[in-house]
Amino acid sequence: MKQTRFMMGMPITVLIVDPHATETAIDEVYDYFARIDEKFSTYKPTSEIEAINRGERALADASEEMQVVFAMCEETKNETAGYFDIRTPSGKYDPSGLVKGWAIWNAAKLLEKRGFENFYVDAGGDIQPHGHNADGKKWMVGIKNPFDQNENIKVVHVANEGVATSGTYIRGNHIYDPRGGNRAVDEIVSLTVIGPNIHDADRFATAAFAMGANGIHFIERLPGYEGYMVDKNKIATMTTGFDRFTRA
Amino acid sequence: MKKYIIGGILVIAVVGYIIFVKESTATPAETTTTTETTPTSTADASAGNTPAASAGRYKDGTYTGTVADAFYGNLQAVVTVSGGKITDVTFPQYPTSGHSGEVSNEALPVLKQEAIATQSADVNVVSGATQDSQAFQQSLASALAQAKS
Repeated sequence: MKQTRFMMGMPITVLIVDPHATETAIDEVYDYFARIDEKFSTYKPTSEIEAINRGERALADASEEMQVVFAMCEETKNETAGYFDIRTPSGKYDPSGLVKGWAIWNAAKLLEKRGFENFYVDAGGDIQPHGHNADGKKWMVGIKNPFDQNENIKVVHVANEGVATSGTYIRGNHIYDPRGGNRAVDEIVSLTVIGPNIHDADRFATAAFAMGANGIHFIERLPGYEGYMVDKNKIATMTTGFDRFTRA
Repeated sequence: MKKYIIGGILVIAVVGYIIFVKESTATPAETTTTTETTPTSTADASAGNTPAASAGRYKDGTYTGTVADAFYGNLQAVVTVSGGKITDVTFPQYPTSGHSGEVSNEALPVLKQEAIATQSADVNVVSGATQDSQAFQQSLASALAQAKS
């Protein structure tokens, strides 16, 4: 059973292989994403994060979920020498770079709790698989060509590992760096990280991407993580253990 | 876990990336001894490919970040800004993975490279950067705040 809905500004797909999959189970996942979006969306004036950003709500009085997210953001900042930071230049907080991966992971745990073994949750190209695919094999995850959204440049085989990709947007031949100015990051077009789960893979992919060409070395040194980085010259650099995921 | 690829196999030197300082032996976990970044000199901006005029958002110099107590060890970044742009990021203190010390005395592994090529479209699901850049944009925008002061 498979469903895709457009939420939080991206397509979210839930696929459950197990024969006892139900609409209700899938609805529950989307309900969860909707609730997270209501709370953490910086686009929604009614969200709790925006109340905090307007100074109407002190962090100390925030919901437990909000405080957990802020603590995880702070931890990630420390783990990445400041490369992961939810403080925007205007002084506001935008934890969406962490919330996305965390929410995908929680959604997957929700399905596990409901007794599902074989499924994946994909939110905008960040994926938490579980178990095996419909053929009883590992999940085959394509890495999208950053220069051509319709092509894959790699296929990795994973079971329960999370797969996250950070990147610039590509429009034709133009690489748009939304921050401007920083050539070090410009060199790198996309960085895919495979980690123990999507939450960790995603937050380290985001931080490592911000490191530019050094990001792949950061991933190389993280035990339990592998990476595949593509630069603007269409050359890929991979961590030394990456190859084990390219074999079925 | 991590295997080092020794010559012979399609290995291309990653010339542009060799900027890591070989880490010294791990220092005691000393959390955030400095909270402010310290510009130490401008002489390090030796890339020489950019006029000294500070055109970018960052001030020229070499900035040493806080020693962060990461769960896998200590981590510290040094950012070099030249011509207002970041020209180098090094990690004089870098976690040495679970096998403490095993890595620290060896040369950095040369990472394998390849030209990207189209592969099978026969996959279950595809990973790629989200076209909605909100998270990307904002989490990166402030990441380099260390060099802005």
